[in-house]
Amino acid sequence: MTPAGATPGSRDGEPAAEPPVELPINAVRPPRPGRLIGGAVALLFLAWLAYTIIVNENIHWDVIVSFLTDGRILGGLWVTIQLTVFSMVIGLVLGVMAAVMQLSDSPVLRGTSALYTWFFRGTPLLVQLIFWFNIGLVFPSFGIGVPFGGPKLIEWQANELITPFTAALLGLAINEGAYMAEIVRAGIRSVDPGQREAAEALGMSHRQVLRRVVLPQAMRVIIPPTGNQFISMLKTTSMVSVIAGAELLTVAQRIYLGNFEVIAMLIVASIWYVVLTTIASIGQHFIEKRFERGHAALGARVRRNLRPFAKEPA
Amino acid sequence: MTNGHAEPMVKIRSLRKRFGAVEVLKGIDLDVPHGQVVCVVGPSGSGKSTLLRCVNRMETIDSGRIWVDGDLMGYAERGDRLHLLPPAELCRQRRPIGMVFQRFHLFPHRTAIENVMEGPVTVLRTPRAEARRQAEELLERVGLADRAGHYPAQLSGGQQQRVAIARSLAMRPKLMLFDEPTSALDPELVQEVLAVMRDLAASGMTMMVVTHEMGFAREVGDQLVFVDGGVIVERGNPREVLANPSNDRFRAFLGQVL
Repeated sequence: MTPAGATPGSRDGEPAAEPPVELPINAVRPPRPGRLIGGAVALLFLAWLAYTIIVNENIHWDVIVSFLTDGRILGGLWVTIQLTVFSMVIGLVLGVMAAVMQLSDSPVLRGTSALYTWFFRGTPLLVQLIFWFNIGLVFPSFGIGVPFGGPKLIEWQANELITPFTAALLGLAINEGAYMAEIVRAGIRSVDPGQREAAEALGMSHRQVLRRVVLPQAMRVIIPPTGNQFISMLKTTSMVSVIAGAELLTVAQRIYLGNFEVIAMLIVASIWYVVLTTIASIGQHFIEKRFERGHAALGARVRRNLRPFAKEPA
Repeated sequence: MTNGHAEPMVKIRSLRKRFGAVEVLKGIDLDVPHGQVVCVVGPSGSGKSTLLRCVNRMETIDSGRIWVDGDLMGYAERGDRLHLLPPAELCRQRRPIGMVFQRFHLFPHRTAIENVMEGPVTVLRTPRAEARRQAEELLERVGLADRAGHYPAQLSGGQQQRVAIARSLAMRPKLMLFDEPTSALDPELVQEVLAVMRDLAASGMTMMVVTHEMGFAREVGDQLVFVDGGVIVERGNPREVLANPSNDRFRAFLGQVL
């Protein structure tokens, strides 16, 4: 391309025979004026945005800073973390169960699983949360005993059992299970049927095939969307504020109802949500790596597919 | 090569199998004596793979009987009725029957040695240390001791298939089923797999091999079976049958593959 790369010894047709000639490529990149202009515009816009936020007198940065580590806020943060982790774990268990049922030979099990996902994906989470909180209106008491109206061994009053936290956990976990079921099912389906055959040929039972061969491979497909669900759940817990779930947003709302610092409290809550989701994204990255064993890294594959052909590495 | 057993290792009688409206096996009778190598050949779609898969009950059958080492596969005979075996019993029946697939089906999330250890550790409950020692021996035997820590994706097709053979052998099988073990391999990799199978046959293993490798059948096989249209149309000593095919369809088939 550029004459700068030309070296003596490679003259007319005959490739140089004696000393091995190096032909380094030191090409000049074509100018990209569009990219320069675009970058300048974006930079200007960001600077303006930062300026208007920082100099704005209606945003009380001192209040925000002082409330970031306020005891009540940290308490709400802890409830948010608990709600997220517990409802994701329960949701994942429910999802695996529903997915395995859906792939079963029994039409009854398949139907039960389908009914579950159909109902809980078909109604809004907000409605479900309020419903669970008010479950006492339908079932005043819960007990363990003989079903279909038989005698009870133990009995609880719904009012005592259903706190905002348990109602939130029920609502979030059961709803999440319905979505996880679809994710897990797609994961199980993605495993080559030959894997199952090879495992069965070794004499493995259904359980062993699932646990040792199918699920570990399905995890590769299950984990990225599950990570997204987890990150999404961190923020979805804020819906629990409608039943006063004592999580981050509820606490922030309670504080601003007292001191009228609405925007400041919302920013405090947002900062913590961003911190949580950032940590979760980093964790997701490492878990994905763990389950990529034996496969070309997913990230590398995605990057390769996104890069235009024959483009030189930057 | 027979070791004086009266009963053959595999005894198949009047085996019929249909997929939907298509009957792929139309009454197969076949004996595989202990220690013998039976090569099953035939055009694609002839039912030869299905025949093999019926032996370890990867496929259910529609009629007939299959015994492996005297054990009726898939059913228990009580009185004059057959009872389907519960899954746990089926697993027990499959355990001593090794199977090698055309497309290897190694577990991609486990290294070569972990693949070989999987059966003994999970199914036979062999202690890990002992399973590892056995697996090392088996990898040595298939010439892959130096690839123990590699994942399947890091191995060539021929190497993967040799690991797959070692994985089956780890269950100490009395019968090995090979379903076109070299059909998915590049030509230069076929021989390394056949060499392992040759050694295995020489060690006295009873083998059923679905293959297109007539050279292997001639050299190693004790019996050659030609399946076409769901029935066995030619059978006998491979060297004799390949030299003098009596059946027209077999002759036409040989003309195409040789």
